[in-house]
Amino acid sequence: MPINILMPALSPTMEEGTLSKWLKNEGDKVTSGDVIAEIETDKATMEVEAVDEGVIGKLLIAAGTENVKVNTPIAILLQDGESADAVAAAPKADADTPAATSDASGGKARESADEPTAAADSKVPAQPKVDVAADPDIPAGTEMVSTTVREALRDAMAEEMRRDPDVFVMGEEVAEYQGAYKVTQGLLQEFGANRVIDTPITEHGFAGVGVGAAMAGLKPIVEFMTFNFAMQAIDQIINSAAKTLYMSGGQMGAPMVFRGPNGAAARVAAQHSQDYAAWYSHIPGLKVVVPYTAADAKGLLKAAIRDPNPVIFLENEILYGQSFDVPKLDDFVLPIGKARIHRKGKDVTLVSWGIGMTYAVKAVAELEKAGIDVELIDLRTIRPMDLPTVIESVKKTGRLVTIEEGFPQSSVGDFIANSVQREAFDYLDAPVLTIAGKDVPMPYAANLEKLALPNVGEVVQAVKAVCYK
Amino acid sequence: MAPKQSASAPVRKAAAKPAKKDFNGGTIAEFNKNDELSAYREMLLIRRFEEKAGQLYGMGFIGGFCHLYIGQEAVVIGMQMAMKEGDQVITGYRDHGHMLATGMTARGVMAELTGRRGGYSKGKGGSMHMFSKEKHFYGGHGIVGAQVSLGTGLGFANKYRGNDNVSIAYFGDGAANQGQVYESFNMANLWKLPVIYVIENNRYAMGTSVARASAQTDFSQRGASFGIPGYQVDGMDVRAVKAAADEAMEHCRSGKGPIILEMLTYRYRGHSMSDPAKYRSKDEVQKMRSEHDPIEQVRARLLEKGWATEDELKAIDKDVRDIVADSADFAQSDPEPDVSELYTDILL
Repeated sequence: MPINILMPALSPTMEEGTLSKWLKNEGDKVTSGDVIAEIETDKATMEVEAVDEGVIGKLLIAAGTENVKVNTPIAILLQDGESADAVAAAPKADADTPAATSDASGGKARESADEPTAAADSKVPAQPKVDVAADPDIPAGTEMVSTTVREALRDAMAEEMRRDPDVFVMGEEVAEYQGAYKVTQGLLQEFGANRVIDTPITEHGFAGVGVGAAMAGLKPIVEFMTFNFAMQAIDQIINSAAKTLYMSGGQMGAPMVFRGPNGAAARVAAQHSQDYAAWYSHIPGLKVVVPYTAADAKGLLKAAIRDPNPVIFLENEILYGQSFDVPKLDDFVLPIGKARIHRKGKDVTLVSWGIGMTYAVKAVAELEKAGIDVELIDLRTIRPMDLPTVIESVKKTGRLVTIEEGFPQSSVGDFIANSVQREAFDYLDAPVLTIAGKDVPMPYAANLEKLALPNVGEVVQAVKAVCYK
Repeated sequence: MAPKQSASAPVRKAAAKPAKKDFNGGTIAEFNKNDELSAYREMLLIRRFEEKAGQLYGMGFIGGFCHLYIGQEAVVIGMQMAMKEGDQVITGYRDHGHMLATGMTARGVMAELTGRRGGYSKGKGGSMHMFSKEKHFYGGHGIVGAQVSLGTGLGFANKYRGNDNVSIAYFGDGAANQGQVYESFNMANLWKLPVIYVIENNRYAMGTSVARASAQTDFSQRGASFGIPGYQVDGMDVRAVKAAADEAMEHCRSGKGPIILEMLTYRYRGHSMSDPAKYRSKDEVQKMRSEHDPIEQVRARLLEKGWATEDELKAIDKDVRDIVADSADFAQSDPEPDVSELYTDILL
């Protein structure tokens, strides 16, 4: 049966074009790969190659014709034994050429009708809700051990490495140096150089190596000396780690943890003092954990290592040396995606996470003296975010303040504020106030650095403001 | 690739000078009748598949970007002939040929190109992002050079597990200028990871010729600073590719670390479907097609040696066309993904 040669689309956006020139005439023999015509798109003049073999029976569109729609038959190709006489009788559609029309079975080509209409937009399915388990009960009488955040993180890694031989740590100075911030102290001695791996200073490369190892089924813990340097590796984190599960239709992903100190330390200036919580919180396919206490650091890091997804685990250098009670249990694992109510209260909801909690805790103590009873929520996980806990609290208090060290524009607090006004507008008795770092690169000078970060006074003031006090 | 060359010596064989890219040197593997017939069939499948993909793109069934492998078929088929079960493959966005070579089905690949539920990624990845755990194919990566670090990580996993599998990381002459390639080279040789870096030098990174983008155009030497041996291979001759691949596999499996194979090859089509390819002459393309075509070379040998008749080759051709036609039919009739798939496979 004769084959219709159709006007091809030659770019992702082409809908019509000019058939500028025929390079074959009626009666010419063509084999696949032969250039038969030139077509001008909005961008360029392109050659059209024959896909099938045969003899040009008829040219249906004259050279020079403009605005030829994609998929219009432009010539007829005759197969062995067919004659040009048959062409006149040949039907327009034919079995050898895929139909360009759409039907319900999904056999449709790109066409303008595929553009979403307003009606179609409203049919976007709702995002499924995921239930997150509550924290495990800690049995009465469990011994509590005062532990630094640094030790808690190390213990979490050591416990998980003992449990699963596929877990390993890689990063700069994690092995022989014992960790730039001593978080991996002792791991080399216990697990050996095959599982505690010093890398060259090569963030983009070793992040990619880690993701590749994870795609092959291992469970890497990739330590960044600080998250400032992870910007060198951002492509591998976002494009490879976060998106592979989706792009592979669920076949493979990156079960791994990227961890290290995040945010401002002290006097290290602009390039070494950035909070990336909001950056990573933007990305579907990642989980983002930002612990404050040592117990949360331990329980959540153990959960992150076991999690089959890529987890960004944002620590803080200033918190590393702070001590908190950690329950002495064989296997203390906390749920990712669950906030912790740090202090119950009735007047106003204050939300923070990570280092932000240090301002919040001090502010709450001061506000208590002023007679304001604050409910303080430690989010612990930024993504997926436990908004229900925040919203429930706001429904009770009618007031909300958030506090973080990151930059103000598109901050995590902004996302919380927006979610709360959407879900609990009628419950709000005051505007939501979000406190963030100042909108400046971090200065070096001690006095300016102090000004650039949030402070307890700002939190106290904001809480009083939403309470109209 | 010189057979007597010490594999650890990062010295290129003298026969392949950078300026002499006329595909007439190098060791070639002895192919028997079955090897030749198999190579012919596998390469033809890629060729016909890609032509059909180009046609479906022209009709609007395939959207977005679509990078065809036509002309480079001998590279993946020659490499594949030297692989064993469990060896991993990873590449960039010109990936359809690699997938077919690993044994992924024409139906599954074509249906992914058309964005249908029967595609390897359920229609959610498209031309540049496809994977098969079963066939140890790790993508299909759209960011130029990313697959080099990832492929190094696959080699890392082999070493960590103590198996003797090899990771084959394909990338082009364009990707060879990305920084992470060298970060990966450094770690791969530092840790003696079993990775074959296959640089498919098809002479053009999109529209920029090698000479206009690269200070060192002999890509086999790009590992020299890291002590990684590298060889130039006639990537248009499947036997030369197979011979180089055999040696490279032996090098990696015996624990000597990574190796670089620069495949001198050529793509006949534009960079992507919307590339008019004005940066090279028609004569240049025509000369490669008529004098170095990887499939025609095998075909000529088969006929010359009397290992196949014209009719027998025609029968193979028909078989291949049938597989491709079937994949195209499937890729057009298979439904699009269910709308519920929008929210699946984001997190486990």
